[in-house]
Amino acid sequence: MTLQQFMNEALSPWMRKEGPDSDIVLSSRIRLARNFANVAYPILADPDQLEEIRNFFKEKYENQSFEEYKQFAFISIRDLSSVEKRVLVEKHLISPLLAKYSESAATLISENEQVSLMINEEDHIRMQLYFPGFQLSKALNKAFEFDDWLEEKINYAFDETRGYLTSCPTNVGTGMRASVMMHLPALVFTKQINRMIPAINQLGLVVRGIYGEGSEAQGNIFQISNQITLGKSEEDIVEDLQSVVQQLIEHERHAREQLMDQMRTKLEDRICRSYGVLEYARIIESKEAAQCLSDVRLGIDLGLLGNVSRNILNELMILTQPGFLQQYAKKTLTANERDVLRASLIRQRLELEK
Amino acid sequence: MKCQECHERPATLHFSQVIQGKKMEVHVCNVCAKEKGYMNYPEDGYSLHHLLSGLFNFDTSNIASAQGTTYQQVNELQCPKCELTFSEFKQIGKFGCAVCYETFNERLDPIFRRVHAGNTKHNGKIPKRQGGDLHKKKQVEALKDQLKSLVENEAFEEAAKVRDKIKALNQDQDKPEAGDQS
Repeated sequence: MTLQQFMNEALSPWMRKEGPDSDIVLSSRIRLARNFANVAYPILADPDQLEEIRNFFKEKYENQSFEEYKQFAFISIRDLSSVEKRVLVEKHLISPLLAKYSESAATLISENEQVSLMINEEDHIRMQLYFPGFQLSKALNKAFEFDDWLEEKINYAFDETRGYLTSCPTNVGTGMRASVMMHLPALVFTKQINRMIPAINQLGLVVRGIYGEGSEAQGNIFQISNQITLGKSEEDIVEDLQSVVQQLIEHERHAREQLMDQMRTKLEDRICRSYGVLEYARIIESKEAAQCLSDVRLGIDLGLLGNVSRNILNELMILTQPGFLQQYAKKTLTANERDVLRASLIRQRLELEK
Repeated sequence: MKCQECHERPATLHFSQVIQGKKMEVHVCNVCAKEKGYMNYPEDGYSLHHLLSGLFNFDTSNIASAQGTTYQQVNELQCPKCELTFSEFKQIGKFGCAVCYETFNERLDPIFRRVHAGNTKHNGKIPKRQGGDLHKKKQVEALKDQLKSLVENEAFEEAAKVRDKIKALNQDQDKPEAGDQS
């Protein structure tokens, strides 16, 4: 697997498969933070030691496979251009933070892009596993197996009382962040989401936009994850998150049914107009594109629009991000140039569906 | 009203805590409030980072002035491995290495309690290889909890089975040292 292959396709191979409840839950993710027992954390470590960690991963894991996660590609962040870094961030393969820690930062990515391991981010090791649809328990089991596989060769910073020791006090204990990406257009449309978010926060869960901390909910896509990592087992944390997600799914489905019952024509009009914008626009900003894509996806899920694949939302949301557009153009683009290219790529992509 | 933690000093701080939808009334004295890390900060509008530095500051300044004494850190704690001091830790809100957890151990409970909804102890995964005897220890602990609730519910037959399981596990654990222990 080469870097080029990760760069070419907006949609990761695992995203092409459908999972349970994938009309609403786009993906499930488990992230585990781990550290070497005897090396200071990246913020304070000696650069030589971080370089040693980088080399350790390159030597031991490059081109290795773990079960269905094959042929780990080893990529040093310092070898990447800023556009390439941005593309990996837009695909959620690395975090914006890793892209900044460039000196000894690196990543290992499996061929199907389902597993990515960040090296020398805030912690020495951040592994993340993605599953399509709503499959948190499965993702957790796989993450545990993967974690055990790594632990065969690594002595983790672990303490009986405090658990896995991490750089930030907010990750200590399990070091786990479980999250789901949800498409909730009907809850946004009916404004129910506004009163649901505070309620979800009260349960120790966090709601964010598609690109994590501080990002806006573009295209009615929300990321919901656990906040607490200490005192509860990973299974319990996942269970709590699952029950909230399950309720959100039901509310969203119910809101969709109500919209269909009470204002079908209005809804259809909006969806078809959005489709029209995507099909004919010559200049489109990312925010408008995201909103139209969300409408179109809702139209597909409700059976109001035929002949368009469901993946179009996930794919075009990523493909039309600034990094991807510039990667595609092979040059730096101004905001206006990006809006023109975005419109053109969307038109081409919709053309493919016909 | 007496402080609910020490039952000695008068309670001077009264507030209610809402954790996972359950409301709890808390009445504590200044000393215990500081030790146990009670007191909530308004969470809305704060980023986690603000929240963290906010609660660190609370630890040293607010309580001190409330008591009317000038509390100063006389001996600054410093991690022997990465040389991070406690005040630096408060500033950046990050640990420098695994040893920091031991170095600052006594001051961490209030912080963890507030970040993790009252929790201070890990209750999850144990590393498969490194974990060693811990796995069995956890298993025994879980069985003991089970035994306790079975006894409380007077399910003695079941309880006896669980008791035997615990025995078996404990014996397994002692085997390697059986010679000098029996």
